[in-house]
Amino acid sequence: MAPILSIRDLRKSYDGGFEALKGVSLDIEEGEIIALLGPNGAGKTTLISTVCGITMPTSGSVTVAGFDILDNYRQARALIGLVPQEIALEPFEKVINTVRFSRGLFGKGRKDTAVEDILKRLSLWDKRDAQIRELSGGMKRRVLIAKALAHEPRVLFLDEPTAGVDVELRKDMWEIVEQLRNDGVTTILTTHYIEEAEAIADRVGVINKGEILLVEDKDKLVARMGQKQLDVQLTTHLEAIPEALASYDLSLEGDGWTLVYRYDTKAERTGITKLLNDVSAAGLQLKDVVTRQSSLEDIFVSLVREAPENAA
Amino acid sequence: MNWSAIRAIYVFEMARFFRTIAQSLISPVLSTSLYFVVFGAAIGSRIQEVDGVSYGAFIVPGLVMLTVMTQAISNASFGIYFPKFIGTIYELLSAPVSFIEIVLGYVGAAATKSMFIGVIILITSFFFVDITIAHPLAMVAFLVLTCISFALMGFIIGIWAGNFEQLQLVPLLIVTPLVFLGGSFYSISMLPPVWQTISMFNPVVYLISGFRWAFFGLADVPIATSLLAIAAFTALCLGTVWWIFKTGWRIRQ
Repeated sequence: MAPILSIRDLRKSYDGGFEALKGVSLDIEEGEIIALLGPNGAGKTTLISTVCGITMPTSGSVTVAGFDILDNYRQARALIGLVPQEIALEPFEKVINTVRFSRGLFGKGRKDTAVEDILKRLSLWDKRDAQIRELSGGMKRRVLIAKALAHEPRVLFLDEPTAGVDVELRKDMWEIVEQLRNDGVTTILTTHYIEEAEAIADRVGVINKGEILLVEDKDKLVARMGQKQLDVQLTTHLEAIPEALASYDLSLEGDGWTLVYRYDTKAERTGITKLLNDVSAAGLQLKDVVTRQSSLEDIFVSLVREAPENAA
Repeated sequence: MNWSAIRAIYVFEMARFFRTIAQSLISPVLSTSLYFVVFGAAIGSRIQEVDGVSYGAFIVPGLVMLTVMTQAISNASFGIYFPKFIGTIYELLSAPVSFIEIVLGYVGAAATKSMFIGVIILITSFFFVDITIAHPLAMVAFLVLTCISFALMGFIIGIWAGNFEQLQLVPLLIVTPLVFLGGSFYSISMLPPVWQTISMFNPVVYLISGFRWAFFGLADVPIATSLLAIAAFTALCLGTVWWIFKTGWRIRQ
């Protein structure tokens, strides 16, 4: 199946010469939830703004369901909903009117049942006649989501939806995203909370300094996280893994000075005792033994730090 | 054409107007009444007639124009500047709308509002003076064109403005003086020759003169020249808007 969103070598330089996106390529499948992780200034918002038409790309291409965002901007944008990072709402307007406005703006005719459905889903129906300025911050965020959903988009961008939001609302937000997935809506969210990516995303992309460093299934990342690594540092240099240890899933690293053993911490038996016995039985002298656990955060931090060497 | 979007913008903008309907109407009606009291009663008792028209009636077209021009500019400039200021512009930019549709929505709403106020002032003036309208169609045409062209100008100012000071700057420093010196309250022929010549460089003179002609059949400049002037001004504004649309100036980075 063709991806619903296809970004090819997207670059964006601002007038001052700052290069916010340095050739980003990304394919997103219909119905998935992808989280883009990255520190402040990584280019997350610029990426979203460019796809949504708020800023113009310097080069590269983006298609939404096959529609180019420049040549077929009407068809492309009609499929996209955007929830911006900052709360930006007309303070004196009623909730229901701003949602109606959004629906009309995106070319959909007035349909009160659709607006009602969205407001109810976001627990805003009771507040429909309230002026926006009377609402709490959390309610305002819900209004932003309602506006983004007003035209029934196929792709939803959430730019740091839970920044500065309390725990309860964050959970609600995740639930809403999950519901949308059931309706087949593709969601792209940016965040710098790793637990958020873990909680709702199918895939996680790491972005820093205008480059995508990694895109991987969350489950694989989490599996990596549940793994522990035992580094057996040797006093002698090895060319290959000794025959006696072939039954273990070992790798030789550090120019042959370290045997690396990966094991699942959740397993009943980790096999460490047997391995170490067999290592000494094979006549190898141990210099040191180190165990390490890699978390998503470690992966994230190391990727962000080691860019651009690690960019490949 | 995304008509649904044009309608959405138009309705949304008109809602802003009707939310504050009291102040939207009371303030122009009040200021017009004050003009009548000050200019009509105080000064009018000394001038009495201009080219055979009572001074009170003579200033009506000028008053309507004065209000319509300033209202069209302030409504249109505020209408597009406010979303930029509070950040809701993101939605316009990410919507499947062309710049033409945005302009139609905002300028259409601003022109409607100013026309509405212009008509209210005209009605108010009937309470103070006797007026006959010699060329009603021309009157409506001038009113509509002025509302649209000044709303376009206001839209350009709103796009250009980077802060509230700049938003006020052009209306305050350029438009208001031009409008006051454009013959709202006097006939250009009443000025010394030097000032008559200088006045000919003021585009507002042509608009007020044309509008007054529609009422009384008398004008400072030939009606054809007035029509040409308003057409040229509208074309200039449309050209500027088209250029903004082409370049994305101050809108899209």
